[in-house]
Amino acid sequence: MTQTTSERYRVKPIRDRRREWPFPLNLYQTAVGRKWVMAVTGIGLLGFVLIHMIGNLHVYEGPAKMHEYAESLKNLGSGILPRSLILWLLRLSLMVMFGLHLHSAITLKEMSRKSSLNASFQSGEKKYEGGREYIAASYASRTMRWTGPIIALFLIYHLADMTWGWWLGNEFVPGDPYHNLYSSLSRIPVAIFYVIANMALAWHIFHGAWSMFQSLGINNPKYNHLRRGFAASFAGLILLGNLSFPIMTQANLIDEEERLCQVSIGDTDEILACLTKQLEDH
Amino acid sequence: MSEIITVNLKIWRQEGPEKSGCFEEYTQKITTEASFLEMIDLLNEDLNNQGLEPVAIESDCREGICGTCGVMINGQAHGPRKATTTCQLHMREFSDGDEIVIEPFRAISFPVIRDLVVDRSPFDQIIESGGYISVNTGAASDANLTPVPKEAADQAFDAAACIGCGACVAACPNSAAQLFTSAKLAHMASLPQGQPERWKRTETMVETMEEFFGSCTNHGECHEACPKEINLDFIAFMNRDYMKAKVKNRALSGQR
Repeated sequence: MTQTTSERYRVKPIRDRRREWPFPLNLYQTAVGRKWVMAVTGIGLLGFVLIHMIGNLHVYEGPAKMHEYAESLKNLGSGILPRSLILWLLRLSLMVMFGLHLHSAITLKEMSRKSSLNASFQSGEKKYEGGREYIAASYASRTMRWTGPIIALFLIYHLADMTWGWWLGNEFVPGDPYHNLYSSLSRIPVAIFYVIANMALAWHIFHGAWSMFQSLGINNPKYNHLRRGFAASFAGLILLGNLSFPIMTQANLIDEEERLCQVSIGDTDEILACLTKQLEDH
Repeated sequence: MSEIITVNLKIWRQEGPEKSGCFEEYTQKITTEASFLEMIDLLNEDLNNQGLEPVAIESDCREGICGTCGVMINGQAHGPRKATTTCQLHMREFSDGDEIVIEPFRAISFPVIRDLVVDRSPFDQIIESGGYISVNTGAASDANLTPVPKEAADQAFDAAACIGCGACVAACPNSAAQLFTSAKLAHMASLPQGQPERWKRTETMVETMEEFFGSCTNHGECHEACPKEINLDFIAFMNRDYMKAKVKNRALSGQR
């Protein structure tokens, strides 16, 4: 496409048009395309968050069912493919989605920051001196770049905590998520951190799940009024489900009293065998 | 019911694009029947009489249709009244003793020329990059030769209401020009006359826009600031059309 920036104009572009990459990749070079990528990866991540929350509700069925749920995730498609292959493919696509979501967010923010800079104004950060009150921009939309990093940090902590068991030490039993969840969330500071992070997540979803319709151009006057409600209820649902885990643990509704397999430290195989047996007895 | 009020003005003064500016304070007695620009006119007359430099402010039609007179008034583009340009704003919106902060529209691509006047020529560059539309010139064609559905005409008209004042960019925390560009694109893309060059135009105008302005994060501040209440739906329309254009233009240029 032709470049039409004329010599007649005094205001010059603040960024050059780079050479176009080959077809599907060139979409990622533009802000509109990048927002589209952010929306699509956002949908994928929303799906993950929802399924993750629903799956974790198995914790209310007790340790054996939770163990079965964890096993069935690993066994996805295992009749045909090697065990854990599907799970790893899902994890890989999550990592790609997360990476793209993050990269597009950071680069787009940088683009907006550069466009808002104004050398002639006294206090660099603020655009206007007059008491500026946002009319439409919700608190959620303006804090996306704060809730986002909180979620990212939480995600790393969450993986280290429940998947790799860095902080649980000997208490960490691979394959016994019920026990790991209980041991982790029964510590008060951890429970508080989970509550805060999940509030940030819901806050992020509240704007994101609405904003994605705009970015993708999914727009129909007939259904537009439903978008805000969809975003709010999705965020509410995730918040409700995810907050129940730390709260229920703290309220002793998730505890290990009814547990038949008492944890004998270090003897992972025995515990897993016991869990499997419990499941069969059920 | 008119009354005389006294307002304390805090106005951005800047001698030129390269100069650094600062706020200066003025006090102005004014009838509430006066328009905002008339209040500035009176202030300028006083400044002139005192041998001081008057405040530079742009205005043209003074009836809300040309889009020349945009300034930030108390942090809001075109002032506190909804769907109103600065020239259509009246002093009855303010009360006695109010402080009014008046600033130019700010974005890196809207450099200040002087005081409250900014260079909005990037908008012209976006329009220019859109190129031409294919309409037959010459003798006027028969009425109703090109049928336009009522809904399409309405949508085009809603988009065409954009006066290009720049309030959307000024109000946007990202300094994005999505609302302006999408209105201009939707105006043409809604009508049969705009179809032949639709995809080419969408691609070039969006890409020219992105050379100057920030990225939209769907805050919706632009719609609130817009004196013509251009709808956010046009932004969605543009996003959809842009992605389509990227695919269609390839097919049109023979790459598959």
